[in-house]
Amino acid sequence: MDWWDVAMMVFLSIGAFFNALAAVGLLRFPDVYTRLHAGTKCTTFGTIFVCLAVILFGVRLWIYESDAYSILTIHTFIALVCVLLTNPTGAHAIARAAHRSGVKPARAVIDELEKKEGK
Amino acid sequence: MNPFLTVLFILSVVSALIAIRIFKGPTAPDRVVGLDTLNTVVIASMILFGAYTKEVIYIDVGIVYALLSFIATLFIAKYLEGGEF
Amino acid sequence: MLMNRVLAATLTVFLCFFVYLLFTTASGAYILWSLDELIAGIILATIIGLVSFKRLVKRDLRMANPLRWILALAYFLGPFLFSMAKANLDVAYRVITGKIKPGIVKISPDLKTDLGITLFANSITLTPGTLSVDVDEETNELYVHWINVKELHPTSQQVAGSFEKWVRRIAE
Repeated sequence: MDWWDVAMMVFLSIGAFFNALAAVGLLRFPDVYTRLHAGTKCTTFGTIFVCLAVILFGVRLWIYESDAYSILTIHTFIALVCVLLTNPTGAHAIARAAHRSGVKPARAVIDELEKKEGK
Repeated sequence: MNPFLTVLFILSVVSALIAIRIFKGPTAPDRVVGLDTLNTVVIASMILFGAYTKEVIYIDVGIVYALLSFIATLFIAKYLEGGEF
Repeated sequence: MLMNRVLAATLTVFLCFFVYLLFTTASGAYILWSLDELIAGIILATIIGLVSFKRLVKRDLRMANPLRWILALAYFLGPFLFSMAKANLDVAYRVITGKIKPGIVKISPDLKTDLGITLFANSITLTPGTLSVDVDEETNELYVHWINVKELHPTSQQVAGSFEKWVRRIAE
């Protein structure tokens, strides 16, 4: 149990915690938009930390064992970039589709978009 | 117990919770939100499994899954909007 | 004009080759790559770069300036990551207590390019309490779902903090 392991454990537990939080938020929030808040932000943040843990793991193997493990590190990094780019865009697409298909935000105090579409 | 395997187990429980939202979701967009969240959790699980077995192929599959699921989400969103493709 | 196109094509080819190299590390003896992979990479990158550079580089070569990439990196590692952590703690707080006051508000950031708007909308989605819902493509106004509405007609400063300034520096 050296400091690599400790850092990995910390990152993994943060990642697991926020992914679990996403599921709880998804079940507790009242409508599509607030659920998107939970579903997008928390899973993205959780996945960043899971990927960081795997990157640390790969870097340690890369340094102490062989160059072959560089693939593990770099491919995990590419997967992380893909998730970071695609997640918010997907959330935006779903939010727009939900609003255009007529789902109203629950308990909303203001809805500017409806005013614009109503014109 | 291997830490990756432990987190993998937690993530499978999380996926089951998200599946409840997919089955229950009163409107179609709710289900899509659940699906989108599930996709991200599955990608994280694939990366963890790749690290656990030290096989890069699972992480490659994860990259492809991320891009394909993104395209799928965009298409479903477009379909819900009722727009032209 | 011709000079610009040649430059754009070359840059795209190099970008493709770089990505190919990232995917094939640890395949052989030349530092980390084998000769086969290097040759295949050069051929594939040339073909893909020549086919796709018109799509990738729309009008000008603003984004080829390395200073913008360094700024972007500083942005992602600094204020962006910090407010993302804050966003998650905020969502955690709202999940546990259930205190929400949602609404959709309109902001009009002073951004003109597609890339700038995309970057700004994505930043908004991942940061505290906000989620971009729709973009007016003519006036570049953003409709933002705000989980805790403090102001009914906010400025972009109130919703997104200093992001607009950063995005303008990076992408415009």
